[in-house]
Amino acid sequence: MNMNELRARIRGFFAFPEGVDETRYAHLKRNIGVLMVMVSIVPLCLMALINFHIYRSTLDRELEAPMRGLVNKTKHSFELYLRERLSAVSFIASAYSWDELSTEETLGRIFHIAKQEFEGLVDFGLIDETGRQVAYVGPYNLKGKTYTDQPWFLQTRIRGSFISDVFMGFRNVPHIVIAVEGHTASGRIWVLRATINTDRFDELISHMDLDTGADAFLTTSRGVLQTNSRLYGATLSQLPFELPSASYQANVFHVDGPDGKHYFATCSAFVNPDFVLIAMRPVTDIVSSWYSLRTDLLMVLVGGVLLIALVAFKLTDMLVQRVMDSDRSRETAFREIEHTHKLSSIGRLAAGVAHEINNPLAIINEKAGLMKDLLDREPESEIRSRLTKQIEGVLSSVSRCRVITHRLLGFARRMDVSIEQLDVNEVLRDVLGFLEKEVIKRSVDLRLDFAEVAPVIASDRGQLQQVFLNIIANAFEAIQDGGIISIASRTSDEGVSITVQDNGCGMSSETMSHLFEPFFTTKKGTGTGLGLSITYGIIRKLGGRIDVQSEEGQGTTFTVHLPWGKRQEQ
Amino acid sequence: MSGLRILFIDDEGAFTSTLLERLELRNIQAQAALDGHSGISRLDDAAREGTPFHAVVLDVLMPGMDGLETLRHIRQRHPEIPVVVLTGHGSTRDGMRAMQLGAADYLVKPVDIEELVRVVRNASEYAGTLPMQPAEPPQAD
Repeated sequence: MNMNELRARIRGFFAFPEGVDETRYAHLKRNIGVLMVMVSIVPLCLMALINFHIYRSTLDRELEAPMRGLVNKTKHSFELYLRERLSAVSFIASAYSWDELSTEETLGRIFHIAKQEFEGLVDFGLIDETGRQVAYVGPYNLKGKTYTDQPWFLQTRIRGSFISDVFMGFRNVPHIVIAVEGHTASGRIWVLRATINTDRFDELISHMDLDTGADAFLTTSRGVLQTNSRLYGATLSQLPFELPSASYQANVFHVDGPDGKHYFATCSAFVNPDFVLIAMRPVTDIVSSWYSLRTDLLMVLVGGVLLIALVAFKLTDMLVQRVMDSDRSRETAFREIEHTHKLSSIGRLAAGVAHEINNPLAIINEKAGLMKDLLDREPESEIRSRLTKQIEGVLSSVSRCRVITHRLLGFARRMDVSIEQLDVNEVLRDVLGFLEKEVIKRSVDLRLDFAEVAPVIASDRGQLQQVFLNIIANAFEAIQDGGIISIASRTSDEGVSITVQDNGCGMSSETMSHLFEPFFTTKKGTGTGLGLSITYGIIRKLGGRIDVQSEEGQGTTFTVHLPWGKRQEQ
Repeated sequence: MSGLRILFIDDEGAFTSTLLERLELRNIQAQAALDGHSGISRLDDAAREGTPFHAVVLDVLMPGMDGLETLRHIRQRHPEIPVVVLTGHGSTRDGMRAMQLGAADYLVKPVDIEELVRVVRNASEYAGTLPMQPAEPPQAD
């Protein structure tokens, strides 16, 4: 139900309605525009999005790889350093017996030798099984201290050897403890402890050669700093964030630094002791190139979208304009066909009527003629002359009717056209010859402006004469005595145009709209109303057209356009 | 005047009867037939009797055999008799076709009687069915 509704709605949206009102074109414009924009912009956006993601993941991988390498390498350095120390202490613990080590003199000798090789070594201590420090060599006075409760001592007893976290201990300097368990011949347990300061740690980290703004530090898995950190303070501070679960492979994560920047961090955990090495770089530095690329991408996208929208808009506009134009011309053509059709059906009707009337007319003519003949034989009398007058009236009416019916028939029938090459100017002069008397009688100002190049066209002389006679006679009817009639002929690419202009009474728009209809006349009583309709029919048949411009009181201009026509066989 | 004999073939009885009467007043013997068949048989009869018609006036639009068909028959059987076609149609085309089929002339209804007589007389004189008259003063058309 809902689905159907949606479908119907979409179909409604993309329908191209018929009709010629403005809303339809607006609708059409919108639909085509939206479709075009969608079809071009959606793939563009998708492509931009996919590119964006692919590039981003590639960039991430490219950035992670060197950081992982660096962190792993440094972790190995740390592990190596610690193992070396551990093995040195183990070696001493196994090379010397409890008795030798418990004498401070021997221990002191070993310490001094070791210190030369053993960087960062602070002191040595020998602790018996109860946790009491039996012998001590070093800068502090720690002999006799008891370590029973110290975690490193307990761990050493459990594991056999131990490397502690960094702690302050009794001396308030960060250090680590490396402790190794040993056994006397009698089976008693003792512990050799070496303390190492952690300066070396900072050194190892500084060897990572990180950019300014970056940070690297060692921490325990619980987040207690083992070295100084630029961001999180001095050794033994607590990290404010949770570390990711321990992994011996370099692990990447993102974290917000205390300075508000976003950091890209790489961490790697140690197998032993419980250390994690972390290196951090501000994301902004890493991705600044990425940002610039993203801006470029966005600009291209926005530019593309704008361009597409513009082109789509223009194209749609053009398309709809075309549709509009073609609709209009179609409508005009329809109107013209309708007009022609109307004229031809009126013509057929008129012809039918004329033909039916012709026979009774012939009878009337003969009957009246007979009456006249008979009367002519009667001796002269008053009644004879009166009847003769009446009969003359009937006969003249019949001959008027005859003119009308014959014109009607002429209007409707397919006139036999005989095409010849003729000079339009000559035809016009012939026609004006008929009217010469009237020109003089009414003192008409006749202005002729004929084309200099003889406008020779292939057409029918008789019909053209009829056309021009009709139009010029109409002009004579329209003007008052002494009026102006201008007749001009012009040639163009299409053919010849003849303009007949008068400064007569002009026509109302109502008159104009009925101008070419049969029986329409303004000359009540004298005209048949067939002249212009026949003229129209003739011009159409000759392949031309006729334009009329008229303004009431200002005059009328008839323009007849005639085609060049085909040259008939000579 | 001389005994000009004309046959009218026209379905319009009222027209022909009046016309016949008028021609009679002008001393012209005229007969009428209401359709093509009877017209042709009338021609045949007259030829047999030795008093052939001098001319035929033929209507184009008739029920049954139309004017042009009748004309064709008359041309075959009585090629010497001129035929004037009288049409109520006013169409030049019918006139042209009639002339092509051998009509002597064609006229359009309603027709002036003097014109009709003149045309028929001219046609029959030209065709030789009626001896030439002394030259008449030429008339303007």
